[in-house]
Amino acid sequence: MLNPNVIEADSLSRRFDSFVAVDSVSFSVSEGEVFAFLGPNGAGKTTTINMLCTLLRPTGGTATVNGYDVVRQRSGVRRSIGLVFQDPTLDEHLTAEQNLRFHAYAYRIPRHLAEKRIGDLLELVELSDRRRSSVRTFSGGMKRRLEIARGLLHNPRVMFLDEPTLGLDPQTRRHIWEHILQLRERHGFAIFLTTHYMDEAEVAGRVAIMDNGHIIALDTPERLKDQLGGDVITVEAQDVDATKAELLRRFEVVPLEEDGHLSFSMPHGNRFLPRLLRTLESRVISVGLRRPTLEDVFLHVTGHAIRDREADPVSQARAHVIQHRRGR
Amino acid sequence: MSEIVVAIYVVAYRELLRFVRERSRLISSFAMPLLFLIVFGAGFTRTIGVMAPGVDFVQFMYPGIIAMTVLMNSVMSGLSVVWDREFGFLKEILVAPLARSGIVLGKATGAAVISVIQAGVMLLLAPLVDVAITPLLVLKLVPLLILISFSLSGLGLLIASRMRSLQGFQLVVQLLVFPLIFLSGVFFPVNNVPAWLELISKLNPLTYAVDAVRQLFLAGQQGALEAIGITLFGHTMTVFHDVLVIAGFGLLLMLLATWSFTRQE
Repeated sequence: MLNPNVIEADSLSRRFDSFVAVDSVSFSVSEGEVFAFLGPNGAGKTTTINMLCTLLRPTGGTATVNGYDVVRQRSGVRRSIGLVFQDPTLDEHLTAEQNLRFHAYAYRIPRHLAEKRIGDLLELVELSDRRRSSVRTFSGGMKRRLEIARGLLHNPRVMFLDEPTLGLDPQTRRHIWEHILQLRERHGFAIFLTTHYMDEAEVAGRVAIMDNGHIIALDTPERLKDQLGGDVITVEAQDVDATKAELLRRFEVVPLEEDGHLSFSMPHGNRFLPRLLRTLESRVISVGLRRPTLEDVFLHVTGHAIRDREADPVSQARAHVIQHRRGR
Repeated sequence: MSEIVVAIYVVAYRELLRFVRERSRLISSFAMPLLFLIVFGAGFTRTIGVMAPGVDFVQFMYPGIIAMTVLMNSVMSGLSVVWDREFGFLKEILVAPLARSGIVLGKATGAAVISVIQAGVMLLLAPLVDVAITPLLVLKLVPLLILISFSLSGLGLLIASRMRSLQGFQLVVQLLVFPLIFLSGVFFPVNNVPAWLELISKLNPLTYAVDAVRQLFLAGQQGALEAIGITLFGHTMTVFHDVLVIAGFGLLLMLLATWSFTRQE
């Protein structure tokens, strides 16, 4: 293959009637890379995945997966990818191994090879002892593990994980990630991940921050955090507005405000903190100092927190409309 | 091409797996025709008496019930598509390297095989209603039932290609498919009814499916065809003509279903 990038998107867009869900996004994912789309619900992450995996036609721009065009060479794309969607896509009336067998036949894996791979993968996701159980009896985490095993059965070049741990408890989430990363180590596939969990995006080599259908920042997690220029200092004050004004006057910082907490970034925060406390006249209730997280980056580049956007009823309604139009 | 063949194979394979695994569906699919046969048979046979020379009501209805089993079961292949969509499995099918047309044909093939199995079980009841089954009859019946099944799967899949909810599909089945089945001559000969009912029945493609199955069963009865056969423009339909109607209807529906299914996102 001439192109070393396993995914290549150029001005990819999708509109639903007058609403633009994905607005001219461009990015590339290289062989074996872990690439994350981070953003709130309704940002356009799932719409992008659906276009890349041929479930949805783009209304503008182009994209290739493993060198195949997502519109003109769909079957090449489909053979190259594995998928784990937000909602389960298993046949609950069948057993674990019957689900995997269906997949193996659909992807034309020779039978003797299929049985061996099914056994190996079930072993890896620790479901060997449940291989003959109906999927109906599985917990959420077990279903996810089975879907991951299924997605890898045909040796894809890239694995799409759309909110792979949504609705799972923290312990199960960690467990799922151990499996994913362990399998990647072994098989060397690239991962295209969408998530709104900050810690999940941290495992990625590069993170694209998405909001309102646009990519607004794209870099390694470290460099994204460095953009903020140092450490994050949070100040909880009695009079938020007065404190804000004083911070601007004395230190020339424009803090972001969130639930009565002011936050701003500052190089060498540990040295700055004593000076801040000495000079600040406003009444301060508490102060905090920490390394920036992707949440701070998100707040910085979008001006709002991920969870604000989720609580905002208009965006929620819009996310719902998209979900609906997409028709599952 | 091979993406069509593989699609037919895997999709039909799964339909059969599910049929075997779901005991409740297995039982209910036999229970209803059996109920019709017993209740209507016992209830009406003496009252109605002889339908045609040598054919009493149960013997008249029995082939109709077999046709009905196939019709219902085939339309319900659409239900499995709606079901798959609702429970997410359709996505797994749609992102696999499978041709859309093959997916549609696979669902229909699965339904056809299940239909033949169910009809086979119904045939075991033949001695109870005094109907003679010959190897020749079975040999003719199986391809006919497969053809009927494919046609009606076309109808079910066409409806399902645009349905988003199980309730919606059930509603269409109740408002459209049940009337079609009841007006297809399963329970009464369509010759001997008010003109408006006769007209509706003769416009109903299912009528010809029921007629074809019945004619195969009553082939040995002298004068039966004259009494209960379907006349169209003064011409009594033969099995061959019935088959042409069903095949034409089925082909049209299947094409529409495939087209509708391929176009959707």
